[in-house]
Amino acid sequence: MKILIVDDEKDVEMLFRQKFRKEIKQEDLELVFAFSGKEAIEILEESDPPSVVYVFSDINMPGMTGIELLQIIKKKFPQIKVSMISAYGDSENYNRAINSGAKEFFTKPIDFTSLKREIRGVLNT
Amino acid sequence: MENKALKTQDSLFLKLTEALKKELSLEKGKEKIIGIKFQKSGEDWNLEELKVQDPEEDITRELSETKRQLKAVKKRLKAAEQQLVKQEKLASLGLLTAGIAHEIKNPLNFITNFSDLSVEYLVEIEELLQDHKHLKEIKDAFALIRDIKTNLGKIHDHGHRAEGIVRSMLLHSRGGNGHYDPVDLNALLKEYVNLAFHGMRANKNPINVEINLDLDPNLGKVTVNAESFSRVILNLCKNAFDAMREKAGSPSAPDDYRPKLKVSSFTENKKAVITVEDNGPGVPDELKNKILTPFFTTKKGAEGTGLGLSISKEILQEHKALLSIDSKEGEFTRFRIELSQKL
Repeated sequence: MKILIVDDEKDVEMLFRQKFRKEIKQEDLELVFAFSGKEAIEILEESDPPSVVYVFSDINMPGMTGIELLQIIKKKFPQIKVSMISAYGDSENYNRAINSGAKEFFTKPIDFTSLKREIRGVLNT
Repeated sequence: MENKALKTQDSLFLKLTEALKKELSLEKGKEKIIGIKFQKSGEDWNLEELKVQDPEEDITRELSETKRQLKAVKKRLKAAEQQLVKQEKLASLGLLTAGIAHEIKNPLNFITNFSDLSVEYLVEIEELLQDHKHLKEIKDAFALIRDIKTNLGKIHDHGHRAEGIVRSMLLHSRGGNGHYDPVDLNALLKEYVNLAFHGMRANKNPINVEINLDLDPNLGKVTVNAESFSRVILNLCKNAFDAMREKAGSPSAPDDYRPKLKVSSFTENKKAVITVEDNGPGVPDELKNKILTPFFTTKKGAEGTGLGLSISKEILQEHKALLSIDSKEGEFTRFRIELSQKL
């Protein structure tokens, strides 16, 4: 299963790769990273249909925001699940994300236990 | 002929007036005679002094009065200015905090999560080296690994602590957006005093506290934003526990000191009043005003963010409720919340 993580902070890749190293080794999990909304769209458009099944995106990014990215993905690739990971956990951001079709909303600092639970849930279905 | 006589009379009058003026003005000092009115009644002349207040005296008095008023105005202006600066600072702080607080969460995300990861790796290294534990070098490495794990634990804890501060900052900068509903105030008090107590017991350095709830059964329902109002109760209780812990730990505390928290509710002038009283060290007079200011804390080191009471004050302001403090050093501190609505 291919998961795309979108965040303008480059260290996110190192963090996720290390946190999920067991799942990457043992289970069928592949992580790809994009550092902007634009890059994320490019990755999704690489193959038709896209190989990515789940996108986790930051909200506050320069250029395209995570919410805009979410709306584009939901329009172009409605089969892809999208969840948000943001430091802005206020109700306004939360409602906007959920109303735009986000599956879950995770806040930073990321609680990897709940994030892993979410990914495992999708892996097992 | 008649004219001349009149003229003589005039000059006589003038002279007389002059003389009288001088004499009277000398005598009276503060009042100045500016003329004398002669009035003939029958054969007699009546003299009437035309007086004014000495204009200089007037001006001096007026000036000093103005000066006094100015001083008072200046004082009020200064107080208002200080208040304004404070509010300005608060307003900009509020705007800043929201932005900064969120941005701080990003590095904190890496700090806590990377430190956790490193601990995981160290555990794996320990497992790898387990079979060679008898070697002196490996034994030394184990000791080092233990130290590094402790350090990483500290990094994690302090990251977590910063996260807590950020959260309080956000609570502080965010306006109350909960709902105002009629709430059974006594039930809310019972629940949150209890919660505060168990929170304290479950945390670092728990203390034994005797809790005394004195709740007026006739209080009925009061319209509050339960979410934020309960935060105030939690906060006041937490402060009380912290203060009493400090007193219990101080060498000057009497041997038989037993921490006591008393939470009361009652009505006064048809308004609901809540008091939270502890028998901790009390608040010195000079600090009574400061303790409601953001970031002011008397708690040592990592204990307090200095935001608890100022957040409480703000929440109560949103409720149009009054928060006041009464305290006697060494004996008690009593916070009083007076809700504005008539019951």
